[in-house]
Amino acid sequence: MRRFLPVLAIAALVIAACGGGAGAPSADRPAIRIGSTNFSEQLIVGELYAQVLEAAGYKVERKFNLGAREVVIPALESGQIDFEVDYLATLLAFLDKTAKGSTDATTTAKTLDEKLKAKNLVQFDFAPAVDQNGIVVTKDTATRLNLKKVSDLTAVAKDLTFGGPPECPNREFCAQGLEKVYGIKFKSFKPLDVGGPLTVTALDGKQIDVALLFTSDAIIAVKGFVLLEDDKKLQLSDNVVPIVRKDIADKGGSDLRTRVNDVSKKLTTAELTELNKQVGVDKKDPKDVAKEWLKKQGLLK
Amino acid sequence: MEVLSAVAAWFTDPAHWQGEDGIPIRVLEHVQLSGSAVAIAVCIALPAGLYLGHTGRGGFVAINIANLGRALPSLALIALGLVASIALGLGLGFWPTLFALVPLALPPILTNTFIAVRAVDRDTVEAARGMGLRESQILRQVELPLALPLILGGVRTASVNVVATATLGALVAGGALGRYIVDGLALQEYDRLLAGAILVALLAVLTEAGFGILARKARYSGNAVE
Repeated sequence: MRRFLPVLAIAALVIAACGGGAGAPSADRPAIRIGSTNFSEQLIVGELYAQVLEAAGYKVERKFNLGAREVVIPALESGQIDFEVDYLATLLAFLDKTAKGSTDATTTAKTLDEKLKAKNLVQFDFAPAVDQNGIVVTKDTATRLNLKKVSDLTAVAKDLTFGGPPECPNREFCAQGLEKVYGIKFKSFKPLDVGGPLTVTALDGKQIDVALLFTSDAIIAVKGFVLLEDDKKLQLSDNVVPIVRKDIADKGGSDLRTRVNDVSKKLTTAELTELNKQVGVDKKDPKDVAKEWLKKQGLLK
Repeated sequence: MEVLSAVAAWFTDPAHWQGEDGIPIRVLEHVQLSGSAVAIAVCIALPAGLYLGHTGRGGFVAINIANLGRALPSLALIALGLVASIALGLGLGFWPTLFALVPLALPPILTNTFIAVRAVDRDTVEAARGMGLRESQILRQVELPLALPLILGGVRTASVNVVATATLGALVAGGALGRYIVDGLALQEYDRLLAGAILVALLAVLTEAGFGILARKARYSGNAVE
């Protein structure tokens, strides 16, 4: 899923440099440099916020595809960028190894708030969209066994083979948690890869019955797989959340906050997955995909 | 020392000796996979080597082409094999790995067979021809027995290479002993990783030794023909 898309990023940068924003930036609309990490979902989400702010008269500079979080967060702290989009629980774990994320997004956001404050950063409202471990079956299996939620697996798991990353059996958010929280004990576990092509192929080819993929992975929609609802909340709340430098957030005030939050509000996991599909599978430009989506949501004219 | 005792503890844990991730099953998978690869390579390279050696034509061209098998990275072949195997509906694991292992096993068998047949004393071959043996009889009754020890040496080299390389199969969801290495790395369980490496090395040494015994036997029977 987290594919490296340098070409698209360069395209986005070029378009950004040539296009310019609508309307001149005013005093209370600070210039905003939006950064992102290096997988395609990040480029799309970055575009969403960038275009909305541009349309509102902010001067936006895109600094996408910087690298991993290890690069982006220091860049944000040191003021080389002003804005980036992250994921609640993962960011919390990154900022404080000992901090424990929660399955509840609001609780995680609250804990994250304190960690951000120390670094002169603030978070805006998190989106409903979550990118986390997802338990996935084929449509056939879902229909045959009448599966909608992860807890539906409890009764039938003893006849099913589960496939995922090799480290899954020892991970709290994978096989261990499934057994502890849901009482799910699969017939066997097949070590494959981390939400990658092996897992997809194995599920598609019926070598496994249940797979671990990422919830916003476009391939789930493309293959017509069914993502089972994590009804007992095993997974931590890795909701999409915009992180902003405090000085910029203060300068932008309620206008900036409202415009950003309006986008986040509409961004659900299903919407995010569809966006990922258009870029990752249909090979569309993230900029076009973002624009189309914003128009559809009434966030852009 | 701590590492060694951890590995020793891993080996003595009865849980690691049973089930589909147990040592006996993984060893069996490894032997099956390696054995199949070498068997296929023998079926291709042995007749080709014998024919080329007997006629003495085109041998070096064929050997050079086969040597490409040594130059191609096995990892790339597995990746290609994976794509092909998925397209053909053969699934993950066994077939993509086999696809990578056969080209690795071909060159030593082909080269050794060709050279072994060429090295058979020409006077002996001429004598056989003079006695009225047909060409196929010369190949089977004179050249093959005399060449056998050297051919087995080629199969031995191929087998040892294949046993060591078959570990890569775990990268494409295969079983075999590579599973311990790949999973050990992912789980950061280094006792498991080391145990896997030790098992593979052990199997390779056993293979080497086994072929050593076979080659000695072949030499005696070759002498009997002489």
